[in-house]
Amino acid sequence: MSEHSPPGSRIDWSGPSIESIRRDMLRFAQMQLRDAATAEDMVQEALVAAMNSEHGFAGRSAIKTWLFAILRNKIVDHIRRNAREISRSDLAAQDEDGDDGMDALFNRKMMWSSGYWNHEDGPATWSNPDEVLSQKQFWTIFDACVNHLPEKLARIYMMREMLELETDEICRELGISKNNCWVILHRARLGLRECLEDNWFKGAAR
Amino acid sequence: MINCKQATRLMSEELDRPLKWQEKAALSTHNAMCVYCRNYRKHMAFMREAARRFREGVTEQGD
Repeated sequence: MSEHSPPGSRIDWSGPSIESIRRDMLRFAQMQLRDAATAEDMVQEALVAAMNSEHGFAGRSAIKTWLFAILRNKIVDHIRRNAREISRSDLAAQDEDGDDGMDALFNRKMMWSSGYWNHEDGPATWSNPDEVLSQKQFWTIFDACVNHLPEKLARIYMMREMLELETDEICRELGISKNNCWVILHRARLGLRECLEDNWFKGAAR
Repeated sequence: MINCKQATRLMSEELDRPLKWQEKAALSTHNAMCVYCRNYRKHMAFMREAARRFREGVTEQGD
């Protein structure tokens, strides 16, 4: 990476704050791509693009938000170029309405009893959700819970929620039916919710 | 009457597509009687907000 800031730059590109943002960008990219080398490339491309278009940064948002938006676009482009490499048959193989995908996730307990929440597993009241989002430890748990989802679920969940693709596009890119896409997203959300409740909200009261 | 399993599926899908009026009606009838599913819907909204912050890199205080 070039260590020089362009003339007239308002951003210290070799300073510690960019370095710390870069680390967070890497973590984000690795989570989306599950490939360290590609993640590194995407972050590199995003930083170079940002440096070359610094005039586009009007200071309306935080630098970090701006850099993350550029990174997000790089990752989306990469996924669009490479979607066909992601095994379609693998994703499409999932039974459309069966519970097979969830069994692995919830093998330790039964979530439902004849279609209704079991009392001990029913969604509880989460306290202080707004404060939670500014607690560093929460994000460690959030990160772990997303990564803990079965890979297919995590991948599609992240395309939808972190990369903000519409389900139409996700289905098209991955060659799966819309219904299958909705089922996978539903399972991912069930799993993530359960994990957050068990490991954060229900755990040690914070 | 839909059950919790069906209700949670609708509460996921409403994040991805507009629900039909019949689906909305079934869901609100169910949720009026089910505190777990009312909580579930709040949790879905929370997770969407969390994902937004994550995507924008706003994951710590002071960012």
